[in-house]
Amino acid sequence: MYGFEMMSYNIKDGFLEAIVRGHRSGLLTVADYNNLSQCETLDDIKMNLTSTDYGAYLANEASPIYTANIVEKCTLKLVNDWNYMRSQADETLAAFMDYCTYGHMIDNVVLIVTGTLHERDVQELLDKCHPLGMFDSIATLAVAQNMRELYRLVLVDTPLAPYFSENLTHEDLDEMNIEIMRNTLYKAYLDDFASFCQKLGGTTAEIMGDMLAFETDRRALNITLNSIGTELTREDRKKLYSNFGLLYPHGHNELAIAEDFDQIRSAMEKVPAYSGIFSKLGYGESQMLDKLLYEEEVKKCVDCFEQQFHYSVFYAYMKLREQEIRNIMWISECVAQDQKGRISDGIVYIF
Amino acid sequence: MADLTHPVVWFYIPCAITWICFLISVGSPDRFIDYDWLWLLFRNMSPYFWSALGVALAVGMSILGAAWGIFITGSSLVGAAIRVPRITSKNLISVIFCEAVAIYGVIVAIILQTKIELVSPGKNGVTYDKWAMASGYSIFGSGVTCGFANLVCGMCVGIVGSSCALSDAQNSSLFVKILVVEIFGSALGLFGVIIGIIMSGGVKWTA
Repeated sequence: MYGFEMMSYNIKDGFLEAIVRGHRSGLLTVADYNNLSQCETLDDIKMNLTSTDYGAYLANEASPIYTANIVEKCTLKLVNDWNYMRSQADETLAAFMDYCTYGHMIDNVVLIVTGTLHERDVQELLDKCHPLGMFDSIATLAVAQNMRELYRLVLVDTPLAPYFSENLTHEDLDEMNIEIMRNTLYKAYLDDFASFCQKLGGTTAEIMGDMLAFETDRRALNITLNSIGTELTREDRKKLYSNFGLLYPHGHNELAIAEDFDQIRSAMEKVPAYSGIFSKLGYGESQMLDKLLYEEEVKKCVDCFEQQFHYSVFYAYMKLREQEIRNIMWISECVAQDQKGRISDGIVYIF
Repeated sequence: MADLTHPVVWFYIPCAITWICFLISVGSPDRFIDYDWLWLLFRNMSPYFWSALGVALAVGMSILGAAWGIFITGSSLVGAAIRVPRITSKNLISVIFCEAVAIYGVIVAIILQTKIELVSPGKNGVTYDKWAMASGYSIFGSGVTCGFANLVCGMCVGIVGSSCALSDAQNSSLFVKILVVEIFGSALGLFGVIIGIIMSGGVKWTA
């Protein structure tokens, strides 16, 4: 019931909601992106960024500065903000914020396992992991030989343990199986997150339901696109789609049998919410799809700040910051490689 | 921990308890509602019980509403002011509006309390005459009116004040506009006070 929510939300979470809204007002605007696009070198970018929220993090970086340094410091800001809020969060909000980071945890696990497969150094892989998804025993992932060992040795103590139940096999970890493992874990995670949000009820359930439905439909689309022409059978593909979202269940049936981009397109256009995205693509074109999906996600995240007294603002803030870091990385790379004409192709404006 | 603000706690359980108490206490073997027993009950209850309860509810519920409103506004204000310190001085107005609700409750309670006079019961030493009973009920009604009105007024002003603080932090031209909404909200408490004063105005304890 919406009324009770308004009266009791601020008891536990009012302070943190105000803090996250303060952070949101510090996101880069179109004017900031224009300034950054005018920069000639990475040092100019650093100078421009010191007048924004990132100032404290970039001010003391020594020249010469590289893209990787800039991105690392910006991510550090996100992590510090997130941990500040997480350490003060009360019980329900803390569980919600943890759920938001499990996606990164899954990505980190897959990163380390893949890197071990290619015989990379564990320390180097740990540096590449996303800081929001770290857990204590992550370094021991390099030891595991197959999925059952992976689960038994390391993952059973992590929050990812419940997502492993169905696919414990003795198969060795190779490229294909790792991707399937990643997508199966992600499917279980999204289903779990969605049911958690529905249990919270009220505005949180409504807004998060919408955002997670988009996320899961986007993943279904990407899985389908990436598995055209591989050995992944239709039944296996169908097992990777989540049990909720606008495409469930009929859209999933159609996507499972799709064999090329036009069939995918006709399946997705049957959902009114996504037909707008596909109408912007010409026939046969799929390069712009990623950018359009990011734009749609950013639009949903910005709209979520319109309502007060719910938890989705935290999830939306994390997504918007990550998009901003992707934008900064794109601009830095374009400037470093002297391709400034391509800057506007790759950034998604938030405001 | 169980969610104590869930509707089950505040609506369904009180309804169920009320219904069970009703069935147990008001019925008799012959009739569903035993009116004779109810008459006896209410005739013998002292009007001083009702008037004291009225005074208590006037001040108690008003202060509950004011406190509720202040914490709703205050938590958002403190959080937003970390990043935008300029909002603190202007947004204290929201807190002041909530505080005014508590003051209304205190004023009405003082006024009601001065209207309570000491009269003796009638010949049998237990029941009071009609003037005293009417006065007791008026003061009770007046207190409940004022208390409930101020309770919801305080909550309303608090929620709007929270939104006001957060909007002011983003865009300072919004403050005055949302303040107008708060002013309308705080008028609700005044309505309760006015009706309460009118109801208790005609109180006489003896003929």
